[in-house]
Amino acid sequence: MQLTVWTYEGPPHVGAMRIATAMEGVHYVLHAPQGDTYADLLFTMIERRDRRPPVTYTTFEARDLGSDTAALFQQTLADAYERFRPEAMLVGASCTAELIQDDPGGLAKAAGLPVPVIALELPSYQRKENWGAAETFYQLVRTLAAPAPEEGSASADRPARQRPLCNILGPTALGFRHRDDLAEIRALLASLGVDVGVVAPLGATPADLARLGEADFNVVLYPEIAGVAAKWLKRTFGQEFTTVVPIGVGATREFIAEIRQLAGIAAGAPLADTRLPWFSRSVDSSYLTGKRVFVFGDATHAMAAARMATEEFGFTLVGLGTYSREFAREVRAVAEAHGLTALITDDYLEVEEAIAALQPELVLGTQMERHIAKRLGIGCAVISAPVHVQDYPARHSPQMGFEGANVLWDTFVHPLVMGLEEHLLGMFRDDFEFNDAARPSHLGAGERVEPVAPAAAQAAAATLEAAGWGADAEAELRKIPFFVRGKARRNTERFAAERGLSEITVETLYDAKAHFSR
Amino acid sequence: MTAVVHPAARADSVAGCADRPVLRERGQREVFCGLTGIVWLHRKIQDAFFLVVGSRTCAHLIQSAAGVMIFAEPRFATAVMEERDLAGLADANEELDRIVSRLVERRPDIKMLFLVGSCPSEVIKLDLSRAAARLSRRYAPDLRILNYSGSGIETTFTQGEDRCLAALVPELPAATTTPQLLVVGALADVVEDQFARLFAAMGLDDVRFLPPRQSRDLPPVGPGTRYLLAQPFLGETARALDERGAMHLPAPFPMGAEGTTKWLKAGADAFGVDPMRFRSATAAAEARARQALAAHRGSLEGRRIFFFPDSQLEIPLARMLSRELGMRLTEIGTPYLHRQHLAEELALLPEDVLLSEGQDVDRQLDRARAERPDLTVCGLGLANPLEAEGLTTKWSIELLFTPIQGYEQAGDLAALFARPFDRQTRLRV
Repeated sequence: MQLTVWTYEGPPHVGAMRIATAMEGVHYVLHAPQGDTYADLLFTMIERRDRRPPVTYTTFEARDLGSDTAALFQQTLADAYERFRPEAMLVGASCTAELIQDDPGGLAKAAGLPVPVIALELPSYQRKENWGAAETFYQLVRTLAAPAPEEGSASADRPARQRPLCNILGPTALGFRHRDDLAEIRALLASLGVDVGVVAPLGATPADLARLGEADFNVVLYPEIAGVAAKWLKRTFGQEFTTVVPIGVGATREFIAEIRQLAGIAAGAPLADTRLPWFSRSVDSSYLTGKRVFVFGDATHAMAAARMATEEFGFTLVGLGTYSREFAREVRAVAEAHGLTALITDDYLEVEEAIAALQPELVLGTQMERHIAKRLGIGCAVISAPVHVQDYPARHSPQMGFEGANVLWDTFVHPLVMGLEEHLLGMFRDDFEFNDAARPSHLGAGERVEPVAPAAAQAAAATLEAAGWGADAEAELRKIPFFVRGKARRNTERFAAERGLSEITVETLYDAKAHFSR
Repeated sequence: MTAVVHPAARADSVAGCADRPVLRERGQREVFCGLTGIVWLHRKIQDAFFLVVGSRTCAHLIQSAAGVMIFAEPRFATAVMEERDLAGLADANEELDRIVSRLVERRPDIKMLFLVGSCPSEVIKLDLSRAAARLSRRYAPDLRILNYSGSGIETTFTQGEDRCLAALVPELPAATTTPQLLVVGALADVVEDQFARLFAAMGLDDVRFLPPRQSRDLPPVGPGTRYLLAQPFLGETARALDERGAMHLPAPFPMGAEGTTKWLKAGADAFGVDPMRFRSATAAAEARARQALAAHRGSLEGRRIFFFPDSQLEIPLARMLSRELGMRLTEIGTPYLHRQHLAEELALLPEDVLLSEGQDVDRQLDRARAERPDLTVCGLGLANPLEAEGLTTKWSIELLFTPIQGYEQAGDLAALFARPFDRQTRLRV
């Protein structure tokens, strides 16, 4: 058993719901007890969908358990088919139904419905939401994509087209910025002269999935969702797929190069549709240099953010982690390249510990990291699901492509103290308006920090005293801007401890500063 | 799957729709399970912790229902069962002991721990009552460990509170012979305080509440106890109290000016409060409530309202909206209809209302679409889709998290139903 308050991912059947809800003409019959319908509101409230997810639950109760939950499942399946007349159906069990072992797949087969019925095996006690989404999409593609064309016919068909044709795989319901990423990548492909055949699962019908094999190659936007299906399509239809996720300027350029290569298009002039490189070179951004940033999220977004933060913002990466165990190896490799050990965990308390210990100046993470950062008084931007309703915005806000880079520029920089403001804070440390108890302008009027209760202030002074801080050194420490004070304090204490100094003086503080800034 | 219309089982002499048939349906239920009750119960009993023994789904459900509360070091958590826990039961018990000891180390301030059963823990027949007894022995006297079921296979939404309070009843100390009034059901602290003041003004100084705010303040119970239900979903709790000799005071529920007065009166009469004293204690507050309600009458009168089942609050709410605000009732759905506890309410409902118990959500949606009510009360999974179809909705879970009982809240309660209409008239896009 694992003690959990917050979970980064839902159970795997929620992943299956994300696929079913993304598509048209698919209906999911879920063998589940009363209460599992809570997941509907993720779609209707958080993503603000105007339709109920296409999911019917059997809603079995305790009194059904001894007798006939299988019959209940069959009846529910028949009723759902009659009512919704889908082109294809998904059947499966939620965690509780998995334990009662009714075999939805076998029961559905016996029902003999006139449409394809895909049985999902989603092990709820081992796997999670993204795995469930990937598996569901894979099973749908496997079942519905038409058989591979005859030898020769494919190669005869494909070059006959005037423009190359690709599919876009990965966007789902309840995906973080999937709607706008899709729009962005569609436009990018169009400007490269590449046509889009099928987009799946978002907006696709079962009939669309049958056409997947017609395209020349596949564009995989979210490997967590579409990676398994893309590999199967490669094996079955010989379709190559993209491996670069176009989040960030550098990644988008590589993505374009990869598309050109897959589509057999000659390299053209670079597309210059992003303001990020100029914004990042403009002098106001020089204060961003070396800002210490901690990154956590799903593997795709975390790795992309780590690359952008270091290569496009000039930050220093001090921590990188993911809750996506399926991609732990890739994330570890990226972390190692920065001399770090990746944090692979789904326990938010571990993430909180890591952030508290590293004292970064910026956290890039999920909704959970937003709250951790708020508690620790650190700036934060959201880069990955899980997210709350405000991160399904009305405005166009992709993460991918060149407009995505513009969006991310604004997103990462806003929580930081603006450059000029930071200089003022440094210059006028004791000034009445620019001292570090004054709230930065972008956070509104008032105190920056909660007024410290006398007891807490005494306790803080006591810990400083216990660590050997003299009164002068303590006063000097307070003059250091708040966003580096924690680091200065830790460095000084470490410096003093390493040299066996019992008292920390102003001299020690500056000796330590000189020592660590070499 | 088939809808069967049963004639009412009992043939009381109570008027109104107490004898009317109830449409009983089963099928897909678009409702929460009893685990959701933890979200408000943990705020109420301030030194209690709720440990769900369940799956990732359970944790995800509570996370979705608790919203931002999850970030405030809440006093609830889930022990998520994994593959290896399902292999053998002995192992699951050891795992549970390990989790509880970790929890107790982390939260030494906790005085009462509820082990809350879920669908998965019940299907694998993990005996949480035995685990609670075993762990209670280990941690006595600092920590009391109880258990109840909040599973979807046993409970719907607010029934989780019922099971929790029913688990508390055997723990209540025995009452002395002096008769005492007990108010049962978690109420917002502000509402509880108002009721305590009103009873005190009638001369009933020692009214007690279940659940208490601190687990050491458990109210005594015994043959002298008279209890008023503050919530309509407390069937099991009432049964447990009856077994300890307490006596139920039938009353409508304290919503609206009329409901609150009748509810208070039932308590007052049981203790022989002089009618004049009762009036002087309640008259001013009741007049305030009527005035506050009148402010919303204009926007609600004559409007047709439809209730999807959710919390069992539907019938008292419908009674209040029809009698005090002039709304017209179409269908009132309730997940469970406790005829005895709702007898006073049913007597006050108009004749032409359709009562339904249980749910087949697609059929009920068909009825709502055919009816095209002016306002539909439903859960968050249905609200936006119905709005998109052009129906005005009021999401029901708010009625659990907002103080709505008592005189001072009557106007706020009416405002919750008036706001969707207000919004509709404002929007020009």
